[in-house]
Amino acid sequence: MYDFQYHRPKSVADAVAALKKAADGKLIAGGQTLLPTLKMRLAQPTDLVDLSGVPELRGIKVEGNAVVIGAMAKHAEVSASAEVQKAIPALAMLASEIGDAQVRNMGTLGGSIANSDPAADYPAAIVGLNATIKTNERTIAADDFFKGIFTTALKEGEVIISVSFPVPEKAAYMKFDNPASRFAMVGVFVAKLAGGVRVAVTGAGPSVFRVKAMEEALAKDFSGKAVENIKVPTTGLNSDIHGSAEYRAHLVTVMAKRAADAAK
Amino acid sequence: MSVSVSMKVNGKTATGNVEPRTLLVQFIREHLGLTGTHVGCDTSQCGACVVHVDGKSIKSCTMLALRADGADVSTIEGLAKDGTLHPMQEAFREHHGLQCGFCTPGMVMSAIDLVKRHNYKLDEKTVRHGLEGNLCRCTGYHNIVKAVLAGAEAMQAKGV
Repeated sequence: MYDFQYHRPKSVADAVAALKKAADGKLIAGGQTLLPTLKMRLAQPTDLVDLSGVPELRGIKVEGNAVVIGAMAKHAEVSASAEVQKAIPALAMLASEIGDAQVRNMGTLGGSIANSDPAADYPAAIVGLNATIKTNERTIAADDFFKGIFTTALKEGEVIISVSFPVPEKAAYMKFDNPASRFAMVGVFVAKLAGGVRVAVTGAGPSVFRVKAMEEALAKDFSGKAVENIKVPTTGLNSDIHGSAEYRAHLVTVMAKRAADAAK
Repeated sequence: MSVSVSMKVNGKTATGNVEPRTLLVQFIREHLGLTGTHVGCDTSQCGACVVHVDGKSIKSCTMLALRADGADVSTIEGLAKDGTLHPMQEAFREHHGLQCGFCTPGMVMSAIDLVKRHNYKLDEKTVRHGLEGNLCRCTGYHNIVKAVLAGAEAMQAKGV
């Protein structure tokens, strides 16, 4: 790791100020991706601004028909939360399957979505549940947040405060994980919301995407059978040593079918 | 530039001056000389470096020492009390839950957190799934799982 200056502010305002003062500052949340990246010297920030000491980024609460989760909530906290388990069991289940127990004790919701790894799990829940991301500057709709591989709508100096997940009528997340890394080869989140049905896919493409044909089919008949013959085009899908674009496209249909049948 | 850091390690105050890039595992091993915590892969996969920070198991190769400032850290060296092994350590010894022993400190620390997280109620499937963040390259999982199940019972019986 290259050396850097370290800051641990106690408020979002102080975190933003520290970022602005730095020549090339970076926020660190749980650090489960950033620290391995720094160890490989793939990044060289001059300053790290650690968000772990900022109380306003913590907490999980139910507000009306939504579950609001603080950006620094750890995966282990989300999966063990009685509120999340009751309101959106699919979200608690998704969080319980990220990485391993030790990673879940460090990794955070905000860190995961700000990083926008193409194989991360949370982006599927954000888009699948039509969540709203609240930052220190604005609110961002799920469909506007993820811009591509490791790219989001976040601007320099913008800090995620919390994410508001609407409580669905029913939902499920099914992932086919890489057995070594536990990242999603393909993960599909399906949800029946007051505003309609959503199907969000992670792991298959450069970033999370929706499958409109499946959404329309599930809106008419919310069952695995309704999507079992809907194929996604292979154009633009990931192809690597773990699986070809054709294989991933096949998995999208299989995981969508399983998720639709498992939704509750 | 070095910065001062202070935390509780195995119940005692530990202070030192570290570079900001110092990992918690480096502080534990190189500054405090507690070499029971191992570095296996250094890429947060293998779990040989697992310690408890404020009661939760974490991979100390993927946490900055400065993040642990003010925290309560437990390592494998802090488990035995007055020369008596912790029930989980004793169970690993009794069931021969190790071959070369390199992964053992991390296995034991992860196992204790697993037992507490499940309120002492574990079955084989839960143990195998719960230890997914710890690798044993001697493939000694069979006895490790037996040891963790026995250790869970012994922990409950002894109220630890």
